[in-house]
Amino acid sequence: MTVHDSLMPRKGDARLQQIIKLAIYAVGGQGGGVLIGWIEDLARAQGYAAQATSVAGVSQRTGATIYYLEMAPANGGAPVFSLMPAAGDVDVMIAAEWMEAGRAIIRGFVTPDRTTLIASTHRNLAVSEKMVPGDGLADAEAVREVALQAAKRLIAADFEAVAVQSGSVISATLFGALAASKALPFPREAFEDAIRAGGKGVEPSLRAFAAGYEAAEKGDAAQPKAAETQPAAAVTGPAKLMAEWQALTDRASRLPGEAPAMAVAGLRKVVEFQDLAYGGEYLDRLEALAARDRAPFDLTREGAKYIANAMAYDDPIRVADLKTRAARFDRIRKEMGAGERLMQLTEFMHPGAAEIAGMLPRKWGERIEASEKWKARLDALVNKGRRIRTDSLRGYLMLYILGGMKRRRRGSYRHAQEMAHLERWLSAALSHLDRDYALAVEVIRCRRLIKGYSDTHARGLSKFDRVMEGIALVAGREDAADWARRLREAALQDEKGKALDGAMQTIRSFL
Amino acid sequence: MAERSFKAEVEHLRKGEGEVFTGEGILALTKALLENGVGYVGGYQGAPISHLMDVLADAEDLMAELGIRFEANANEAAAAAMLAASVHYPIRGAVTFKGPVGVNVASDALANLASSGVTGGALVIVGEDYGEGSSIMQERSHAFAMKSQFWLLDPRPNLPSIVKAVGDGFELSEVSNTPVMLMVRIRSCHVTGQFTCRDNRPPALSPREALSNPRSDFARVVLPPMSYRHELDKVENRWPNAERFILDRQLNEFFGQEGRTGIICQGGMYNGVIRALQRLGLADLHGETEIPIYCLNVCYPLVQSEFLSFCEGKDHVLVVEEGQPAFIEDQLAAFLYRAGSRVKLHGKGVFPIAGEYTGQVMLDALSAFLREAAPEMLPATVRAPNDDKPNLPDLTKVVPIRPPGFCTGCPERPIFASLKLVEQELGKHQISADIGCHLFGSLPPFEIGGATMGYGLGPAANGAFDGGGKTRPISIIGDGGFWHNGLSSSIGNMVYNKSDGLVVVVDNYYSAATGGQDVMSSRADNATKATQHPIADAVKGVGVKWVRQIDRTYDVPKLRATLREALTTTEPGPKVIVASSECMLNKQRREKPLRAKAIKEGRRVEAPRFGVDEAVCTGDHACMRLSGCPSLGLKHTGDPLRDDPVAHIDQTCVGCGNCGEVADAAVLCPSFYRADVVHNPGGFEKWWAGVRAGLIGWLARRRSARRLEFSA
Repeated sequence: MTVHDSLMPRKGDARLQQIIKLAIYAVGGQGGGVLIGWIEDLARAQGYAAQATSVAGVSQRTGATIYYLEMAPANGGAPVFSLMPAAGDVDVMIAAEWMEAGRAIIRGFVTPDRTTLIASTHRNLAVSEKMVPGDGLADAEAVREVALQAAKRLIAADFEAVAVQSGSVISATLFGALAASKALPFPREAFEDAIRAGGKGVEPSLRAFAAGYEAAEKGDAAQPKAAETQPAAAVTGPAKLMAEWQALTDRASRLPGEAPAMAVAGLRKVVEFQDLAYGGEYLDRLEALAARDRAPFDLTREGAKYIANAMAYDDPIRVADLKTRAARFDRIRKEMGAGERLMQLTEFMHPGAAEIAGMLPRKWGERIEASEKWKARLDALVNKGRRIRTDSLRGYLMLYILGGMKRRRRGSYRHAQEMAHLERWLSAALSHLDRDYALAVEVIRCRRLIKGYSDTHARGLSKFDRVMEGIALVAGREDAADWARRLREAALQDEKGKALDGAMQTIRSFL
Repeated sequence: MAERSFKAEVEHLRKGEGEVFTGEGILALTKALLENGVGYVGGYQGAPISHLMDVLADAEDLMAELGIRFEANANEAAAAAMLAASVHYPIRGAVTFKGPVGVNVASDALANLASSGVTGGALVIVGEDYGEGSSIMQERSHAFAMKSQFWLLDPRPNLPSIVKAVGDGFELSEVSNTPVMLMVRIRSCHVTGQFTCRDNRPPALSPREALSNPRSDFARVVLPPMSYRHELDKVENRWPNAERFILDRQLNEFFGQEGRTGIICQGGMYNGVIRALQRLGLADLHGETEIPIYCLNVCYPLVQSEFLSFCEGKDHVLVVEEGQPAFIEDQLAAFLYRAGSRVKLHGKGVFPIAGEYTGQVMLDALSAFLREAAPEMLPATVRAPNDDKPNLPDLTKVVPIRPPGFCTGCPERPIFASLKLVEQELGKHQISADIGCHLFGSLPPFEIGGATMGYGLGPAANGAFDGGGKTRPISIIGDGGFWHNGLSSSIGNMVYNKSDGLVVVVDNYYSAATGGQDVMSSRADNATKATQHPIADAVKGVGVKWVRQIDRTYDVPKLRATLREALTTTEPGPKVIVASSECMLNKQRREKPLRAKAIKEGRRVEAPRFGVDEAVCTGDHACMRLSGCPSLGLKHTGDPLRDDPVAHIDQTCVGCGNCGEVADAAVLCPSFYRADVVHNPGGFEKWWAGVRAGLIGWLARRRSARRLEFSA
């Protein structure tokens, strides 16, 4: 935005002001072509001259793509229209995805003097966002803040969800939103006529158009999209167990500061993982932590979170248990829109020798772990992909029995390993407590690095070890907690740990 | 069958004298060919003229009625070579391909054609793939016109101008015995608008008739001494004839009245120039301009006399020429210098040397030019602008880049996942890529392949490594590139040079990246083309001994094992793996209606889709690094115990199987499941499923009754 903002045509060819300039930013495959076609037909039917262009190269293969249209009342002579939008000179910008709205703003196509921005708040994640081992999702809120400033008017709603709900695609809901915006001088019926004239999938499109129209009128531009929060969990079970559960939650609620809410969530996780007694152990650990904690009790809160995750580790028993619950079948049915129809369910499992050894009694597991020969034998026996049909009796029973091995879990080799690791980690954190409270909290948070199965799990563990190693190097410094955080964040940035290597090198350089 | 069907639009191509045609640039081009009595058409697909090939293919019946031959050429060289029909016979012919890469491929034939000269009008319609949305290196086709001396038309980007250029082009070609290149830019190809039609005209002489009266004249053969005469003929006769025609028929246009300043622009730049002038208050809605414009609808050759008369009485002129080198500006500068003119020439400098002339670039450059050349014409705000730029926070760090990638369910995804897994086992390899959708494999998350040297040249690009080493070089080639020229340039080259390398032929049944046109190995029946010629047979035919055919690319373990074998076997000679599965975009388009019909008719249909067990997914995103599928996303669970988003599969999933295969082959995690919804199951199947569901339900309830159950 430079000179053009303040520009008025010198001699004031008033007709130039009648040109409506409209651009669509979409992700390839979203049907932007259909939308621009409707708008063009609409304009012509309403006595306007119109010209549309698009850039359909390989960008239609899921890449960012752009469509552009200009229209002006047709009265004598063909207007000269531009074939591409210019920064600061767009009246209506339709972004079919939230980050594409951001891209349109960056390109200067959304300006406060003229642009109506109609944007869908849903996300089609870019590969770069998805690859990150940690949380690489782009900041949707940042785009909203800028969009509110950049646009003359912002009409934002999840037009993708609205489309799916009405059994159609986003081009129809966005067309509805365009009608609702009143940015074009045409009545609603004219929009609907354009859809009818198109002749393809008219009914679903009209339904989605109406839904989009309504969603745009309601809009959610003013308030930020509420973060999805889990409603309070309902608990059911035999009376005796319910009473014990009540006692445990009472204990959790007596924890200091903000810890209780987290502790109840954690309690639920560990009880679901094992049993009520295990929940008791969880609270024992938390109470021990709280006893040494002080306001604002971050240590207890973070402990509540990460000790639960550590205690409810991901072993085959847990997976089998989760996959054989009654509620799961209903959930999947709903998600797939299967209704009452028959549904087959295939699970993709690939247990490795380490996972099987982990389920054995501790002594056996240790023996196998110590012997390369036995490890190889076990690996040859179990290490292959298994597709298990959990809608079949055989497949279901297999996982059901595996899930039932919960009772023997505490005696297993894996459990012994996990508990030892947990104790080492907690004592490492507590060792810093007196001297550097913040560092102790950061060490607790490092548990986030351990996740995944098989190789991914092993890689997580090694990253955890390396971060702990780095923390040991900086412990005692003023900025130790800050470095601990940086190390953890670096470890979450990429798969191979390049960023972590860099951070470690930096630390070594100043030591 | 191509991705986009123009069957409905093609009916409009039958419109007659006086009727108004409404539609896209490429359709207007086709209509213009029919109106101008073209005798044969052909070409090779590629953005932005892919759709022109699709329109021609869809219009084949109409063309057959008129006696026009349509050839879907094997590549651009073959297309250009086909124009040979216009050398001896007075038949108008037109071929189309993308520029400049297509022109690169065609240049051998084009140079020969330009030397021989033509009798019938020969038109090369080039879709110039430059600027936003381009998929190739940024160069200009202009240079080819200069070096081979054929003429270059660059009409204003509106339908009447484009249609007129086709007719002008044929006539210009005939009066100057020279082929003519008609250039249309990306947006011109897809620009919509209207024009008034004329009747379609059958060719004066059809190729079929010409075949009955064969002609030859050795004076046209490019051999000495004739080739020397051709060169002289070009400059002594053909060029002057062309210039005379350009002047007589006023192919270049003048806009506006007299003035001390002027603008010279390529035809394709006209609308952009007018828009900038409109914004400066110097042009009205219909393009009536206060700054005189000399619009070059013919960008080569440039007519010195016409240019100098435009410059007469002017102090400053601005050349609007997109791309570099600035061939036009340099030539015009030479004209002025030789004429001893004192007119000041502006161009590059006011404009950026490289890159697309966007709306902002055009406005800035014209403002800068006028500020120097005619400040009194500018509004006060432009002469002394207040910088009132709103201070928006920077989003460039927030918004992720979004390069093109594999579509949902793409059969090429598991090929690259397998390659990535093999590289994790055997270490990084030298990998060369090719042109096509599979080139997206070089981007994250796969990052397989580091360079591409052109269509069908992937394996050839590994030539230096044909001597072998500790590990084998790998190259990728698609079925499109394979038939374009890969069989000889790449595979034949490897056999002859005793290469030890591995070629992975990505066979998705179509020339997929350009819009799903059929190729020789396509599996579909095509009414007018011969398909179903297996790639593996062709490879064996040129002497490759180690050939493996994979018929389901989604079988990651098998693909990985085959790749491993190819990279470790002791057998000498090139190894070729043909990995075949149908392009999912085309498959869905083909199968979706069939499936809906089958369900409606009560036949048994399984509809697969994948899902993720949220509670099992640990949010490590290892699966993403072997997929990148658009339907496989992430979402935050709302669980306060979890920091990182978990995997999530949306309703666009087509159930290709990559998620499950990869989770299994790479031993990732047990989060994925496949749900097959069975439509119209049989009676026994239903009964048995009921029994099973009953028992499973009983077991599940039995367990849940004995413990606490938490529901969200």
